[in-house]
Amino acid sequence: MTGTLLLLADGDNVYVATAAVVPGEVETTTGGTVRVVDPVGLGHKIAARDIPAGAAVVRCGMPIGRATTAITAGQWVHTHNLRSDYIATLDHRGGPG
Amino acid sequence: MTAVPGCRREDGRVGIRDVVVVVYLVECARFVADAIASPFDDSVHVIGFGGCYPSDYASLMLERLCTHPNVGAVVLVSLGCEGFDRERLADAVEHSGRPCATLVIQDRGGTRATVAAGRDRVQAFRLRMAAVPRVPVTVDDLVVGTICGGSDGTSGITANPVVGRVFDRLVADGGTAIFEETGELIGCEEHMAARALTPELGTEIRARVDKAAAFYTAMGHGSFSPGNAEGGLTTLEEKALGAYAKSGRGPIHGVVTPGQRPPTPGLYLLDVVPEGPPQWGYPNINDNAEIAELIACGAHLVVFTTGRGSVVGSAVSPVLKVCANPETYRRMSDDMDVDAGRILTGGADIDAVAAELHDLVLATAAGRPTSSEALGHREFVLTYKSATPAGPACLPTLRSTGTQS
Repeated sequence: MTGTLLLLADGDNVYVATAAVVPGEVETTTGGTVRVVDPVGLGHKIAARDIPAGAAVVRCGMPIGRATTAITAGQWVHTHNLRSDYIATLDHRGGPG
Repeated sequence: MTAVPGCRREDGRVGIRDVVVVVYLVECARFVADAIASPFDDSVHVIGFGGCYPSDYASLMLERLCTHPNVGAVVLVSLGCEGFDRERLADAVEHSGRPCATLVIQDRGGTRATVAAGRDRVQAFRLRMAAVPRVPVTVDDLVVGTICGGSDGTSGITANPVVGRVFDRLVADGGTAIFEETGELIGCEEHMAARALTPELGTEIRARVDKAAAFYTAMGHGSFSPGNAEGGLTTLEEKALGAYAKSGRGPIHGVVTPGQRPPTPGLYLLDVVPEGPPQWGYPNINDNAEIAELIACGAHLVVFTTGRGSVVGSAVSPVLKVCANPETYRRMSDDMDVDAGRILTGGADIDAVAAELHDLVLATAAGRPTSSEALGHREFVLTYKSATPAGPACLPTLRSTGTQS
């Protein structure tokens, strides 16, 4: 597949990185590009568009939790700005809360 | 691995390996059990239970494992004063038609005498096992389990959908497939319920996932490790969404609990979470605790998907490793059987890797050693826990066919 940022389902608001990406314009699997703000590793998520605080983050057509702060397109989406609707993820190694 | 496929057991089931298990019945007997097995090749495996207090769960698990189709003979090693009911276990093994010996260390006169007697019994049993009828293994004989361990953001995109397609094909061909586990499927309950064979089964699935969520909430920690987060997974439901892909797309035929054998072919969910409030700790303390439960449900082999990279195998049944992450595969290829990460690097699509895994499942059933078997892995763990067999609402195929459990 071409493009490093994978959109798993139409309507998802995050991409999944299929290789490490660095800030800058990065190609998506849907044929466009996104200006990536944060460097992320393989398997991590990048916001496909702006996500308001409290909105569901949707991956592969399913909600995977809620944004704890406003997220802008191109930002890394992870434990520092997304939390579970079920059981909180273990915080570890001084990582972002 | 001296794997001889297709061992027809007296109960009609067919084993894909012919293992002697040496079973310690309390930690105090473990050293002796290990010493009995140590001079033999890797078809003599050590399993057991460390606790001295009685456990219905451990009794059930060891009975199901000692009478597993991959097991040809059993040597029980007891210290002598532990709480485990060794006579009952020996009766069940003998009733299954397998050679069985019980060695009590305190009666035998200690370590040296028991180790010598145990090795004699293993040698004698292996001669008798050579007479077990051999038959070709077919898909409808097979029970295949699946587990994910060390998941990351790639697991749900590559390895897990690959397993899902293989499961769809195995079930369509008359095989039995078991996926796990309720605590790692939190958030997927409505999707699973919609696939249930009957509305009653759908209700059971929802209730069992709710039970798992309550259990893990009471424990204060979901089934989510720091490595999951480092690999890009953020929440429990995101991990669950990826794990769920292992189940494929076909109907769900039933729910079983640890040690409960699926009564008919089809696709089953293994509910590993005990009933009631937490009593014995986390439902399964690590991946091998869950692998042991899949095997106790009758799994002849277990397909293990990993993103971060696991190296484990198991006693009794072979473990096939499907690596989701191309970077991990490059680092740990010796430990892996299938490179599903190449789906991300453009090397293959999901269907091509699924065809490869399907062929490998059949080859493993025909005796080909997996990577973990070739490396000598045969991990085993069994803890205190409880398990309640699932009832008729969980097993609609049982009712519709009138099969007895």
